[in-house]
Amino acid sequence: MPIKSYLALPVAGRKDELMTALKSFHQCEVVPAKNQDVLALVTDTSNEMEEEILKEKIEAINSLKMLSLVSGFNTPPN
Amino acid sequence: MYKSATNRRSFIKKMAMLSAMTAAASMFPGIIFASEQEKGIPEGANLDWKKGPCRFCGVGCGILVGTENGRAVAVKGDPNSSVNKGLLCVKGYHQIMCIQSKDRLTHALVKKNGKYVQTPINEALDLVASKMKGTIEKHGKDSVAMYTSGQSTIPEGYIASKLMKGAIGTNNLDCNARLCMASAVTGFLTSFGADEPMGCYEDIDHADYFVTWGNNMAEMHPVLFSRMLEQKSQRGAKIIDFATRTTRSSTASDKSILFEPQTDLAVANAICYEIIKNGWVNKSFVENHCSFSKGLTNMGYGLEDHYEFTDKPEKIDFDAYKEFLKDYSPEKVSKYSKVSVKDIKYLASIYGDPNKKVVSYWCMGMNQHTRGTWINNLVYNIHLLTGKISQPGNGPFSLTGQPSACGTAREVGTFTHKLPHGVVTNKEDREMAARIWKVPVENIPPKPTYHATEMFRAVDRGDIKFIWIQATNPLVSLPKTSRYRPGMEKDSCFIVVSDVFPTPTSDVADVILPASWHIEKSGLYGNSERRTQHWDKMVEGPGESTADAWMFIEVAKRMGYGNLFPYSKENHVEEIYNEYRQFHEGAKHGMAPLEVLKKESGAIWPYVNGKSTQWRFNAKYDPACSNGKDFHFYGKPDGKAVIWQRPFEEAPEKPDQEYPFWLNTGRVIEHWHTGSMTRRIPVLHQAMPHAYVEFHPDDAKSLGIRNGENIKITSRRGSCKLPASINERGLPTKGQVFVPFFDENMLINDVTLDAFCPISKEPDYKKCAVKVEKA
Repeated sequence: MPIKSYLALPVAGRKDELMTALKSFHQCEVVPAKNQDVLALVTDTSNEMEEEILKEKIEAINSLKMLSLVSGFNTPPN
Repeated sequence: MYKSATNRRSFIKKMAMLSAMTAAASMFPGIIFASEQEKGIPEGANLDWKKGPCRFCGVGCGILVGTENGRAVAVKGDPNSSVNKGLLCVKGYHQIMCIQSKDRLTHALVKKNGKYVQTPINEALDLVASKMKGTIEKHGKDSVAMYTSGQSTIPEGYIASKLMKGAIGTNNLDCNARLCMASAVTGFLTSFGADEPMGCYEDIDHADYFVTWGNNMAEMHPVLFSRMLEQKSQRGAKIIDFATRTTRSSTASDKSILFEPQTDLAVANAICYEIIKNGWVNKSFVENHCSFSKGLTNMGYGLEDHYEFTDKPEKIDFDAYKEFLKDYSPEKVSKYSKVSVKDIKYLASIYGDPNKKVVSYWCMGMNQHTRGTWINNLVYNIHLLTGKISQPGNGPFSLTGQPSACGTAREVGTFTHKLPHGVVTNKEDREMAARIWKVPVENIPPKPTYHATEMFRAVDRGDIKFIWIQATNPLVSLPKTSRYRPGMEKDSCFIVVSDVFPTPTSDVADVILPASWHIEKSGLYGNSERRTQHWDKMVEGPGESTADAWMFIEVAKRMGYGNLFPYSKENHVEEIYNEYRQFHEGAKHGMAPLEVLKKESGAIWPYVNGKSTQWRFNAKYDPACSNGKDFHFYGKPDGKAVIWQRPFEEAPEKPDQEYPFWLNTGRVIEHWHTGSMTRRIPVLHQAMPHAYVEFHPDDAKSLGIRNGENIKITSRRGSCKLPASINERGLPTKGQVFVPFFDENMLINDVTLDAFCPISKEPDYKKCAVKVEKA
């Protein structure tokens, strides 16, 4: 049950677009910075494979310039 | 440490999000995640949003607290507040989480046979009153003391002052603001004759340069720093960081200049030397609005009990001042400050350029300094010589660390020497207080007694036999706690602590009183820009928790002073504020009426003819200017600000062979002061669970110290064990170590020195000598 956090940097001028794209994945929680072109992203998936697939989808988003892993947790379900 | 009721998985998600935000903050200092404020809001909630100020630092951000069914469930920035314009920092977003802490103090506790026994609040207040009264009868009124806080509300500070100085008749009242901005007070008073900054936060929108003096604003005042970064990116404003340690603020600045501890005095003088040498003096401003003085030197450092010092100012002229500065050429100063000649000249050129607007910011770096008053004077000198003061975008600006260090400690006056208007040594000020308080003027002693450090020395000596400590945690925050903790553990003093949570200070109390957290009572705070902010009670506190002001009033009544405290429980905040406003009537310090403060997100004093005064001493903005000139420093009898001749003097303790490192202490963004609140906010505690000791990588390498390795820091006072931190949060200069002081389990103040500025009596937490070894 991985929970990971990332910083997502958008391509210039496409922060809102990236935000919308990330929010379309139900495993993603996104908080945009108010005053910088950065999004804080947390992913919550059932297993490593789902996490990998999700990451590939995220990295394929056109408006994403860079995805940087910050932390990773592996927890049992509630 | 208590974790909130949220389930483990959502807690870990919250931690993960905070980790990302913290990482972002290290890459983009001042970054704000505004959407975070919406996270705590339950879906479909119908919240009642109430305005107030943030509970933490002196910036005074406006918050909106969302309540539902009598519980505070969400916090967001107040978009109507001109301070933060809807933004909040990571502490601000999460502040209400601490009030749900499981170890919250909900009932009075009285120590009986060595154990705390839950006691009805009325019974506990009976005991406090009888102990205080009995101690006065047996040992005299100067055997009792009160130590309050820059977190106390304006009404709380006012009632504390009225009870101690007006009713009981002792000046044994001081507060923790002595530890953080007393040097700014004495700096303002000696240079301008009037306390608090002349400008306001709107200066940020006008300045071309921000020079930060020993001030890590990215972590300590993040919302203001984000406003500066916004101006940097939008208008090309520049930030110059002048410090002894590389921090997140340094990395976000346009230029970082490092100096050897204590030599800021010399560099400031060198800047003035260059300004004069290059003909950058604003002659008209100096001739019309400034005078020159010098004071005593070699004052000592207050290391001995009963230390006293009174300065003897002496008028000098410009030529004498210019002659004095010859010892401070950039070439001479560069040799011991470790600041290059080029950088000193660069700093001078910023201030000296008549076409550039400059704001200087500082906080603990300049104030916690054994020559704190002097370094404040010296930065004012720079602004006065160039006439860059009291105008939009031009001015010196001392920031405060606590939410009402200005409103309560400085304006109400919870210092031993202060009254709500003026000082105890001034007959007219005593007469005004006696008239408004309805007490005989003889009740108010004309001589100050104990400042904070000396107050706890007096407890240790047995001179103070009763002390009431309110909303502060001195056994973590005082310097040299290795002396003051055993002092407080002695049986010679009866100790009362009123607080929201248990702390190392309440651990030594005879009576613990359960205090309301700020949104559980009504109140007023005053922030760094002279802004007074009111809030109404938003939620009920747990158990028998009670507002501090009301506990003071109840004790006063029990001691026989009921006629002086005729306030009602329901409206005492309003009644007290209206009484207090009488002290400041007039154009120089008029306070806004409560009706205005209830409607608006604060008002800046002087509040005159329905308007805040944003820039004092400038006739264009300040109705109190009456000399017919463009500027009027009306705090001084001659209407002129003082340029002070203040030399460089060494720190009282420097690294030597036995103790070869400087120790610098300070704060981190996640925790507020001693951590009694923020360490009970799970996401903040998990993000920064314990203190650490930062090394320069070269020092770590030569000592064979690895990251995370346990290190013992020892001074002549005591020692402390912490894990090493290398190339992480901050980077001290070679020969220096840095430790944050928030962690009650790693008490670095057992190591620090209780030397203080002889004028302000503010201790220096930034410089002492230590040795380091593997633990």
